[in-house]
Amino acid sequence: MLALGWRLRLPLSPTTAISPTLMTSPAAAPILSSKHLLGIDGLSPLDITALLDLAETYVVQGRATDKKTALLRGRTLINLFFEASTRTQSSFELAGKRLGADVMNMSVKTSSVSKGETLLDTASTLNAMRPDILVVRHQDAGAAELLSRKLDCSVINAGDGAHEHPTQALLDALTIRRHRGNLEGLVVAICGDVLHSRVARSNLRLLSMMGARVRLVAPRTLLPCDADRFGVEIYTDMKRGLAGADIVMMLRLQLERMAGAFVPSTREYFRFYGLDREKLAHAKPGALVMHPGPMNRGVEIASDIADDVQVSLISEQVEMGVALRMAILDALARGMA
Amino acid sequence: MITSKSGRIAFKNARLVDPASGLDVKGGLLVENGRIADIGPRLFRDAEPRDPEVIDCRGLVLAPGLIDCRVFTGEPGAEHRESLESASVAAAVGGVTSMIVMPNTDPVIDEPSLVDFILRRAQATAKVRVLPCAALTKGLLGETMTEIGLLKEAGAIAFTDGDRSVANARVLRRALAYAATFEALVISHAEDPELVKGASATEGEFATRLGLPAGPAIAEAMMVERDIRLVELTGARLHFGQISTRASLDVIADAKQRGLPVTCGVAAHHLTLNELDVGSYYTFRKVRPPLRSEADRAAMAQGVASGVIDVIVSSHEPQGADTKRQPYATAAAGTVGLETLLPAALTLVQDGRATLSHVLRTMTATPAGIFGLAGGALAKGAAADLILLDDDEPVVVDAEKLHSRARNTAFDGRKFQGRVHATFVGGVQVFDAH
Repeated sequence: MLALGWRLRLPLSPTTAISPTLMTSPAAAPILSSKHLLGIDGLSPLDITALLDLAETYVVQGRATDKKTALLRGRTLINLFFEASTRTQSSFELAGKRLGADVMNMSVKTSSVSKGETLLDTASTLNAMRPDILVVRHQDAGAAELLSRKLDCSVINAGDGAHEHPTQALLDALTIRRHRGNLEGLVVAICGDVLHSRVARSNLRLLSMMGARVRLVAPRTLLPCDADRFGVEIYTDMKRGLAGADIVMMLRLQLERMAGAFVPSTREYFRFYGLDREKLAHAKPGALVMHPGPMNRGVEIASDIADDVQVSLISEQVEMGVALRMAILDALARGMA
Repeated sequence: MITSKSGRIAFKNARLVDPASGLDVKGGLLVENGRIADIGPRLFRDAEPRDPEVIDCRGLVLAPGLIDCRVFTGEPGAEHRESLESASVAAAVGGVTSMIVMPNTDPVIDEPSLVDFILRRAQATAKVRVLPCAALTKGLLGETMTEIGLLKEAGAIAFTDGDRSVANARVLRRALAYAATFEALVISHAEDPELVKGASATEGEFATRLGLPAGPAIAEAMMVERDIRLVELTGARLHFGQISTRASLDVIADAKQRGLPVTCGVAAHHLTLNELDVGSYYTFRKVRPPLRSEADRAAMAQGVASGVIDVIVSSHEPQGADTKRQPYATAAAGTVGLETLLPAALTLVQDGRATLSHVLRTMTATPAGIFGLAGGALAKGAAADLILLDDDEPVVVDAEKLHSRARNTAFDGRKFQGRVHATFVGGVQVFDAH
């Protein structure tokens, strides 16, 4: 039953007894109090700072010739993706492999879900495989939490509906911190489809917690109800929303949202909410531009900005993603028996 | 006809009526370079104006030109019925100096380039100001919203599907929220399309006697209620193009009391005619929404008097003999109205329900405020859009003598009081009755 909808990209490695001595890094003090990473909600500023500090060491490791350690040797990491993803899935895969874990990628096509297997069926099947860490992306909010209650292993939320995408917010924080030293007091404008964005929700939680001033910039059709109750400033005029911003975070506009339902057309969206030089000029001089990818060039961001290494951190976000996810895996492994 | 080379025109011995400021006094007014340069009770009282062009108003009313918020033309697509030019001639005769035109043309005005087309055609051919509305949904189909931001930049002053209701509440909700983003005004036509499908009259004894397919009057109030809930949710500014029933009026009065950004209009024919005027299947009085009961008509007059109804409109809708000379149920709806708007509205003054200034305000200062227009007032510096009006002069509407290309008036043979003697747009005389 399982095999019908699951694509196994890597053979499972033969089971070996896990040696606890392999699990510990030199400074193996516990970092997270929870065995799961389900969202930014549940982390403290201290947790976040510790994770970012740890990630810095993995940035160094990722740039070395030998990028691999044996920290997670013998451990099994399953990437369970119910939604298509290139970036996040490969980032977790690489992070796991660089730490020596066995990584298995499972892409569950929605069709197999419609064949009747429920998420809990999936959970018990997986549990029987005895993974150590499950990375899950699902189209429904709360899916990662449901799995965490049913599985014995650690669960990392790689995106659940429009709820949270905590590793994205953490890697964004790592990227910003490397350029600005600190998150506190920074003005961060999150622009675009906030309504459907888990990236925006995780980012605004993390950034607010760390003392940044968050603004949401979007047409009213793409702003969630009561967004103003999150302690953020709301702007529908992008130029005003960008005025004085240190960081401009662009969000992806899903193609299916463009054709009239939430915005009338891509040309209108780009005219009023696409990041171009003219709008960026309203931000603080030297402001940096981020995007979680994949980008719609000419819809939410002009190509010349996306490709300008002086202002765009987009490639760096990908690099930080691997380092940050290595730090997460490390931190969760420290809590394991 | 005045054609002042110096750009200076002096009006003396006028009764200055400016609803915006409440002014109603004898006095004079000076136009210079298309704008009102001076105004007041003493102007030209003691000293004769030394200007090349002097108009002795002989005590007639000098008021701001009218703004008609609901005009359908046939341009582009049905110019044989009415072009922007022919409608503008009728407007000038009726004292209308600004026409707000609906996007229900062929093609529908739902592209920035088409807004630009209307503005250019108006610039080239029209005698009065033409202010285009753009469609709220593409093709007026009620499915996907138009490019409100780009259309507004192109010059669209409001967004509406004209005489169509957006049936899908989710579509309207998003369109309103999106419009609010750009602080754009949305105009709603409130009629539940399913309830009035195929209807040509208001359900009731009269329609039953005539055997006409009819729709219930509540089809309007239901949509007004729904739309107001969506205004509450989205924060958009909404104007009901025309209402026609007491129930709608009550709902809007309540919304206004709650401070919601809602306004509404009424068509001159819903103030002056009721369903009985359809008589023996008189298709020239077939309009949308259909003529209502006498109680509803009286409520409309009361609504204007109380101020709950903000504007009076002509709902000018040209039709040809081909579409009107048909059995009642299949005949097209609509009446021309640019030339009869003012005299029909003035019946409220003659009936003692409202002052001249109050009635004029519904066609000058109030629509200017709703649509964010600069005019609509007799103020120094304002554009010299003016009418010279005899508010007592009896007139008999004669369809044959109308100036619009289409002559489908619901008021043929009707006696009114009030006649425009001259109309000026930006200091240029566009109509002279003499």
